Amino acid sequence: MQTLKLGLRIGGRELVAGLDWTVEAGQCWCVIGRNGAGKSTLLRTVAGLRAPDSGSVLLGGRALSDWQLLALARERAYLPQGRNDAFGYRAIDTVLAARHPYQDDRYWDAETDFRIAHAAMRALDAGHLAERDVRTLSGGERQRVAIAAVLSQETPLLLLDEPASALDLAHQVGVMELLARLCRAEGKAVVLVSHDLNLSHSVASHALLLMGDGEWLAGPSAEVMTAPLLSRCLGYPIEAVQHGKRTLFIPAEESND
Amino acid sequence: MHSEAIMLPAFQERRRAVTILTVLIAAAFCSILFACGIGSVSLSIPELFAALGEQVRGNPSSLAATLLELRLGRALAAFVTGATLALAGVMMQALLRNPLADPYVLGVSGGAAVGALSAMLFFSAAWLVDIAAFGGAMAVSFLLFLLAWRDLRGSAGDGNAPMLLLTGVIIASGCGALITLMLSIAPDNRLRGMVFWLIGDLSATQVRWLPWTVWLIALVFAVRVARAINVMALHAEAAATLGIRVNRLRQGLFLFSALLTASAVSTAGSIGFVGLIVPHACRFAWGPDHRLLLPAATLAGGTFLVLADTLARTVIAPQQLPVGVITALIGVPVFLLQLHQIHRK
Repeated sequence: MQTLKLGLRIGGRELVAGLDWTVEAGQCWCVIGRNGAGKSTLLRTVAGLRAPDSGSVLLGGRALSDWQLLALARERAYLPQGRNDAFGYRAIDTVLAARHPYQDDRYWDAETDFRIAHAAMRALDAGHLAERDVRTLSGGERQRVAIAAVLSQETPLLLLDEPASALDLAHQVGVMELLARLCRAEGKAVVLVSHDLNLSHSVASHALLLMGDGEWLAGPSAEVMTAPLLSRCLGYPIEAVQHGKRTLFIPAEESND
Repeated sequence: MHSEAIMLPAFQERRRAVTILTVLIAAAFCSILFACGIGSVSLSIPELFAALGEQVRGNPSSLAATLLELRLGRALAAFVTGATLALAGVMMQALLRNPLADPYVLGVSGGAAVGALSAMLFFSAAWLVDIAAFGGAMAVSFLLFLLAWRDLRGSAGDGNAPMLLLTGVIIASGCGALITLMLSIAPDNRLRGMVFWLIGDLSATQVRWLPWTVWLIALVFAVRVARAINVMALHAEAAATLGIRVNRLRQGLFLFSALLTASAVSTAGSIGFVGLIVPHACRFAWGPDHRLLLPAATLAGGTFLVLADTLARTVIAPQQLPVGVITALIGVPVFLLQLHQIHRK
């Protein structure tokens, strides 16, 4: 996936300008920025839900607008931020629906679809929720079911908008490890938006920092996720603390300014 | 046996759907048979079949054959009207992503009522009433389509269709005002017919092909897009990332539900609650999967209206009630009960 001179504007405000960005198989990108810096807008644009204001988005060397929607759905999956369930589908139904791009002329789901859907739910520790009405699930449970749906879409590229936001600590770590494993072992490309710097730092191989005024910075996370750059990106002083092998980012105390 | 059941969920799903639909088709036939047998003179099943034989041979001479012709025509009209309304209801609910929407919420039936009542008020030919109703419904649909074009194209955003819904509600209330105006200036001798039309009445319907054609075409469309409707009901606008052409689907749903509503309303007036209660009850019983829900709801809707209409013409016989009264009397408590149960979940 590649963006060329991509520009995003909302309400006359420039969010991102001239973004040249390439996501390769096996990479796990984390998009970091303040509220309203354009993270979700970028993800929606890359997913093809929104036309770029300038420049273009390419997938496999072809512009998104040249793709057939169904073919595109077999290449990239998108997890939006919020969910709003109007109907009482079972959790398994919502995961099975993600098999739509593979069901060309079949009316009912095949046994394979069920197998893949159940496996995805188990991978997210949501196997026991399969028969539940989605409207009765807690926020975190619903989120895990939604991620399971994205996985069962079986695409090389995953675009995830705050996948870990509603999860408890154990599941946050679990989901992040799962994503890291998908990149490493299956060669998938993952782009995720997250506000948890430490969690993202632990899985991301690369990071894209959006400054909110059109500027951006992309690169391997070791180079880009540094205290000075993150401080500038998030508009708040941040310190990096070494804890064993790990680097932790914590907000600096005001007095240290 | 048990392990097999766990291993083959897709097979189970299919078998369940086939069973439910078979039972519903059988129920539909039984309800029509029942409607033909019940009335001022009741006919037994052998009599019914004998009469049917006479009809088929083309020399209906006995009383039973005449009764059958009358009752069968009316039962079939009831069936197609109920099936049409229920199908329109499911489609409208999917389009607006709101299980509480009904085919009348966007004012399509209001347009039909304005058309029908003005035909009754200014002319009095019965055939004109149906055409005027259909024309009114289509005029409102067209107006809605123009006004909410941006929303149906999907550029407005979140897929909850607030623009379409608001436009529809306003148009519906505008039609309501026109209806009240016409009722208040109508001469007394026409008033009764106008009120009956508004409540929904099957007593004056003739056997016609148009509603069946509309229903069948819409059903074919619905079944073809059933899976896509599921994805859209779940993901709204983000369904596009699963390969659904959301705008095309929404436009199709809008056009077909408007056409269905227009067809039903011009056959039998604005019969309330069928388009709301039947999809609701089916969803409650068998889940919201549109692959099963669409055919199941439309069969159940037809059966329901056949039974309701049989009740309407027999409960205080020889006087006949408008069937809309019966559906409302059944519909209101059922709906409140369901709403309460959903709320408690």
